[in-house]
Amino acid sequence: MADLSTHFAGIESPNPFWVASGPPSNTAYQCHRAFEAGWGGVVWKTIGDPIVNVSSRYSAHNVNGQRMVGFNNIELISDRSPETNLREIKECADRWPEHAVIASLMTDTRENWHDLVKRSADAGAKGIELNFGCPHGMCERGMGSAVGQNPDVAETLVSWVMEAAEIPVIVKLTPNITDVTAAARAARRGGADAISLINTINSITQVDLDRLVPEPYVGGQSAHGGYCGPAVKPIALNMVQSCAADEDVRLPISGIGGIGTWRDAAEFLALGASSLQVCTAIMHYGFRIVEEMKEGLSDYLDSKGMATVGELVGKAAPTVNSWENLDLHYKRIAAIDYDKCIGCNLCYIACEDGAHQAIDLVAPGDRGNGPGRIEGKPIPEIVEEECVGCNLCSLVCPVDDCITMVDVETGKEELTWKQYGELLEQGKIDPIPAHP
Amino acid sequence: MSLEPQLDPLTAAANMAEMEPPYTQQQARVEASRCLNCFDAPCITACPTGIDIPGFIKKIEHAKDEAAGRTILEANILGASCARVCPTDVLCEGACVLNARDEKPIEIGRLQRHATDFLYDRGIRPFSAPTEKSGKRVALVGSGPASLGCAAELALLGHEAVVFEKSEQPGGLNTYGIAYYKMPPAISLQEVDLIRSLGVEFRCGVEVGNDPTLAQLREEFDAVFLGVGLGQTRALGIPGEELEGVVDALSFIQSFHAGPLHETPVGRQVVVLGCGNTAIDAVTQAKRLGAESATIVYRRTPREMSAYYFEYELAMGDGCDFAFEATPVEILGDGKGGIRALRCRRTRPAEGGGVETVPDSDFELPCDMVIEALGQEKQQEWLASVLPGLELDRAGRVIIDPASGQTTLAGVYCGGDAVNGGKEVVNAVADGRKAARGMHSAFTGEQVSGPVQASRHGVAGEPSGSGYWEPVRVPERARAKAGL
Repeated sequence: MADLSTHFAGIESPNPFWVASGPPSNTAYQCHRAFEAGWGGVVWKTIGDPIVNVSSRYSAHNVNGQRMVGFNNIELISDRSPETNLREIKECADRWPEHAVIASLMTDTRENWHDLVKRSADAGAKGIELNFGCPHGMCERGMGSAVGQNPDVAETLVSWVMEAAEIPVIVKLTPNITDVTAAARAARRGGADAISLINTINSITQVDLDRLVPEPYVGGQSAHGGYCGPAVKPIALNMVQSCAADEDVRLPISGIGGIGTWRDAAEFLALGASSLQVCTAIMHYGFRIVEEMKEGLSDYLDSKGMATVGELVGKAAPTVNSWENLDLHYKRIAAIDYDKCIGCNLCYIACEDGAHQAIDLVAPGDRGNGPGRIEGKPIPEIVEEECVGCNLCSLVCPVDDCITMVDVETGKEELTWKQYGELLEQGKIDPIPAHP
Repeated sequence: MSLEPQLDPLTAAANMAEMEPPYTQQQARVEASRCLNCFDAPCITACPTGIDIPGFIKKIEHAKDEAAGRTILEANILGASCARVCPTDVLCEGACVLNARDEKPIEIGRLQRHATDFLYDRGIRPFSAPTEKSGKRVALVGSGPASLGCAAELALLGHEAVVFEKSEQPGGLNTYGIAYYKMPPAISLQEVDLIRSLGVEFRCGVEVGNDPTLAQLREEFDAVFLGVGLGQTRALGIPGEELEGVVDALSFIQSFHAGPLHETPVGRQVVVLGCGNTAIDAVTQAKRLGAESATIVYRRTPREMSAYYFEYELAMGDGCDFAFEATPVEILGDGKGGIRALRCRRTRPAEGGGVETVPDSDFELPCDMVIEALGQEKQQEWLASVLPGLELDRAGRVIIDPASGQTTLAGVYCGGDAVNGGKEVVNAVADGRKAARGMHSAFTGEQVSGPVQASRHGVAGEPSGSGYWEPVRVPERARAKAGL
């Protein structure tokens, strides 16, 4: 079994799975339950001047009957006093010495930052996370994403924190910014030990079409909420990889955004995260989900011959290149396994109306009817000379491994867009004719 | 001794209630969300009326039950009864691609019931006939599913339709001949009401033949549609058939459709002869109406029965018995005019595919009621007498032009059981609609077709994905490649 123990910017934890700062990390009670269930760390719900929340607070984006594919909230930071939170942090840190209890903080003045940072360390927190990402409520008061969106301000605040910090400091970044690496570099310049991303994304999940007011509904009105859950994973992966690949960042990354399974976890690790934070999936299913994540990750590492989580970290990051460096001469096309095809024709109509008209419906002939298909019912056939290898048919196909993408030997040497441009300029190559 | 009702009203009603409960809203949405939304879906092809099944299912998923119901009724005006009586296992649900993914197919029948019930429960009339009329008038003989399908389509195309029905209530076998647990008669009657609301006139209690004659109808109307179905249940021709307590299956089923359930006379020990769909309906209904035993006698094995397997399973579940490989030879009287038993003889497969009786194998089945369900006779003689010159095939079925539904007599159209020899309600509705379109074409020169799914080769004249075996794209593509 692979070793899941994690060493993240000086913070030790038995595994890389941390409860992210949010409703599941609001109290010592929840923290105990999380550790009992097997989580490696808990990032406490953000501590600051206690706020007052509204009712209601959450809303969801449901797809095809699947609940909470996306999720958002307009809840603010902790509504409990710093004294209460820090007392409970101490209780948890004392009881779970091998685990990572991390204080998430948000305040304003240099003095207040110094005060909270010191008191967190005194309470036994193993690290501090600075909430520079909250996109609702707090930003209107000059905190949260208002800081994260302004690299200069963020750098200043980080430097204030570092003046007082004796434990590792993680800066949590907002995705509501044009270039997340600008904020990550600011954290680095300010002296932070690590970054975590992504915080939630500005969003409106749905409009109640009877009342004509979006959700979450608060007395006839609503507000922009922070979006998270499975739907944001691709955005989070993109930003994690961007920071991991940036020469001027070079900080450990705690990955956040739509993680709910071991697979999600492995993908974040492969793109450069070295610890993982989960909130929405816990809000949906409870702390118990960590068992599947730990087992699955461990099995995966074993299957790859990796002894530690660290061996996976960043493995896939270098394969993400700029578009101009991709080989224009690489070619793949779709292939249909007629023994698996169930005859739904979704590949056909997707290609026909949505892509490149490279699938025909033809008489089955000697390809047979496939499982359950009616005799004489036309079957989809790839028109290989028209197929651009876009993947669409294989993505819509509802049967596992029925449509696969197959490499085609073109006999041509690698040619990137960049090389093509250069060769064209030098007159060493004829223009590739435009697609008819 | 005459037969008596066996159950009190509450028990009878409970036993005969519709078997499948309706979906709740959430059940319907969850089931609808499983549908893959196939293109040119096999379920559509498998439906004789070509309902846009994925189309209506996605409307249910997105909480548009009324629109879903409209989509169904546009293709099949008897969508509510077909949702209940269609053998979906062998039609739409049998064709569902999820079967091939080793999953339960979408419950299309129940979803269709959900959507059509939504309309009827709220009294929603999903469409109305055009106010401008063509002036063309059509007489429809019989008011079963074929005529109803025809009349509705005629009304929607702007023609006048007058339906002649010899019974007191319209709807034919849909009203009088469906097992209760599948569908109570009220469903059929509400469909008749919908069709009436389109301007179709129903003249019940009128027997076409003498007054009016078919010649008169042909004279008075621009076209005539024969939705006459089949005739009497075949008689067996064995001694004792005249005894009290011997009934034909359709009369038995009709008896409790016309009167209250708990007043339906039924035997204590019932024997049903035959093993088709109607036999199963009869045996299960007899059992559910209080018979202590209900037994099917069939001269072959379960493999040869024409009932669907799910019907067989249903009868087994109801506690009915089956005497396979036995044939009735005599109905024995009790000396008081009633029945004491049925004498049967064992049968076995004979060379050449038939069956033969086994010598010295007679046995008696005690019973006080014998229900004959041996299939309906064709109406050759009646048809020949009322419509001289109408051509039938060797099996006694009315010959029609498959495209227009017109018989060999000009202006006389036909569809349903009289043409196909006895199929499902959905086949009859499809036939009726086809004949209506055939008439419309004869009246106006216009072609009417179902929805057409366009392809890159353009929209051809034939409908695709609407019940036709071969989708339009194959011939289109051939034409396109040939440069036509």
